[in-house]
Amino acid sequence: MGNAAARARPPLVAALRDAAVAAGVTAVLAVPFLGFRLEDSAQGLSLGYRFMWVVYAALAVFAGRLLLSLAAHRVAPALVASFHRRTAGVHLPARFGNKVGWAMVGIAALLPWLPFADRSLMSVATLVLIYIMLGWGLNIVVGLAGLLDLGYVAFYAIGAYSFALLSLHFGLSFWICLPLAGILAAFMGLLLGFPVLRLRGDYLAIVTLGFGEIIRVILVNWQEVTNGPNGISNIPRPTLFGLHFEGPFKTPAPEGTGFADFLGIAFSPMQPIIFLYYVIFLLVLLTTLFAQRIRRLPTGRAWEALREDEIACRSLGINPVTVKLSAFAIGAFFAGLAGCFFATRQGTISPESFSFIESATILALVVLGGMGSQIGIVLAAVLLIGLPESQWLRDLAEYRMLVFGGVMVLIMLWRPQGLLSHRSPTVALEDGAGKPAP
Amino acid sequence: MDIFLQQLVNGLTLGAFYGLIALGYTMVYGIIGMINFAHGDIYMIGAFISLIGFLLFGVVGVESVPIAIMMVLAISMFFTACYGWAVERIAYRPLRGSPRLAPLISAIGMSILLQNYVQITQGARVKPLQPMVEGSYRITLGPEAHLNISLLQGIIMVLTVGLMLAFSFLIKRTSLGRAQRATQQDMTMAGLLGVNVNRTISITFVMGAALAAVAGMMATLYYGVIDFYIGFIAGIKAFTAAVLGGIGSLPGAMLGGLLIGMIESFWPLFFSMEYRDVAVFGVLVLVLIFRPTGLLGRPEIEKV
Repeated sequence: MGNAAARARPPLVAALRDAAVAAGVTAVLAVPFLGFRLEDSAQGLSLGYRFMWVVYAALAVFAGRLLLSLAAHRVAPALVASFHRRTAGVHLPARFGNKVGWAMVGIAALLPWLPFADRSLMSVATLVLIYIMLGWGLNIVVGLAGLLDLGYVAFYAIGAYSFALLSLHFGLSFWICLPLAGILAAFMGLLLGFPVLRLRGDYLAIVTLGFGEIIRVILVNWQEVTNGPNGISNIPRPTLFGLHFEGPFKTPAPEGTGFADFLGIAFSPMQPIIFLYYVIFLLVLLTTLFAQRIRRLPTGRAWEALREDEIACRSLGINPVTVKLSAFAIGAFFAGLAGCFFATRQGTISPESFSFIESATILALVVLGGMGSQIGIVLAAVLLIGLPESQWLRDLAEYRMLVFGGVMVLIMLWRPQGLLSHRSPTVALEDGAGKPAP
Repeated sequence: MDIFLQQLVNGLTLGAFYGLIALGYTMVYGIIGMINFAHGDIYMIGAFISLIGFLLFGVVGVESVPIAIMMVLAISMFFTACYGWAVERIAYRPLRGSPRLAPLISAIGMSILLQNYVQITQGARVKPLQPMVEGSYRITLGPEAHLNISLLQGIIMVLTVGLMLAFSFLIKRTSLGRAQRATQQDMTMAGLLGVNVNRTISITFVMGAALAAVAGMMATLYYGVIDFYIGFIAGIKAFTAAVLGGIGSLPGAMLGGLLIGMIESFWPLFFSMEYRDVAVFGVLVLVLIFRPTGLLGRPEIEKV
């Protein structure tokens, strides 16, 4: 609130006042939703009352606000100062990020062979990897090129449905469909991007959101092709050079075609899970290698330049339309690959999996991780996707999206640039000391 | 012909909803240049508070329907306005002056938060309300041709027109409106000249939320079912209306709302009902491509 007022009064009184105001506002806000509850009954709706909740909410906010403002007054400056004292003169090694990255790759590669790697852990890990891939794909569009895309899930859906339909109608295998799904998604990216990329940031966001919804509505209603809300099932699993991992209904593959058969080892239900894990692991590696390399190529540099200043770029002769289109298409390509994998892993897909909330989740990974930071996205994916799926947080599943929205707001307030972000340009002028010039 | 007129009336009713919500988008965009992504959910909050209000008056035993409607309207506008104020205070004000994407992400977070807050506190199931306002006027247009206008549709249109007039007066003739227009043109300069910029922006959010609450109450009465998710689609459509009319322009928002309402009500006469939402989004894309400033908007010049 008013800084002058806070300075004039002793901090404790000001903090008490502030907390009381916050508690009062909370109480007013809480009355309709916490105070009353709509209950379904045989005669229609009835009202339930639980006014104690309003009191609890107000008390919680009072205490929280009081602690926060006292801490902000006394503790936080001291902490910040000590942090700065301790970290002054300490520089992270130049390739620190790289080392962390390689360590992560190593852990991910060995994960299936660790003693605690059971079925549920592997399935969560696969899911996290899918989101990391989506996050990195969207990062190309949002983090590098600075185009806010709220309909990214549309390309994910296109990848998934292309594979499902191609395999169903033409009997094409996963490995042939994988690039096809990516290319189809990239093509849709171009098709959408071409007319709308002249738009400014937030308009673009809304149009892409509309596009995502259009795709979903089509998936739900185009019964003849997509089978409507029921979706498509019996999507085949990938093979390893023609070797099957399992037959239908999760049984060993038919005689003579199975992986276990070929190697002469016993079939175990873990084999297909581990195989799928390695497939997505390789796809994720491909994505990160591509993203790392392209940042150093003219295209990637043009993306970053465009993100920082579009007018300056145009003056320097960069054609913003082609640059943006390439970002859009490449981002969509990776979403298509991820979608193809998602379809084969699930075995069944339906439009439900491709709603706006998925787009928001992926965007949240990118933004919370720190736009442009690849490791940040991994951290965000593990925190936001992996943790809630783990057993000890399953009970809180009901509150997951609530917390998710709250965390999105809080991180924006706390660090508008994201968790791990210094948004350093890939190329910069260097001063004499070898550090990038400010 | 009679079907045509009937759909026209339905379209006007629908347009009134969208117009009222679009006003909130357009005012906020005009004054701070951000898309208030959570505005659709503010409308949803308004609808829920109205439903709770109606049930409450049913319990207390208020017999007269007009009195119940007026009181619920006042209650819903008050509480929803509080929510609008709180959203701005918590999620947007601290981010003023940060990179353009930050407030938008924060707004998306707020939208998810509000949706799930309502879902958890009130349950995910669709909430029905039995019809409270019944009766309709039948206008005979000729042999075998009638036009039905329900009392509720009449109330909705009268209420919307009244609010529009009151709002135009507020913006054009009062000192508050002058402060808003000044802030819209140049926030820093307005601040230097003694306009309390933060207060003015807060009031803009409060007004937008109050209008959304009116739309929410009308939706509760008109459709008779609401759930926690209604704000998302209604919000996008209302935003489309605001863009179509020219974002930042109040008459534009109303005009855009009416046009979107018309498109929605006439679409099923010619095409398949399922793709109605696609039509609205298609309009949004087309408008943004061919006339990004909308029908009544002024072109925006980008300066370095």
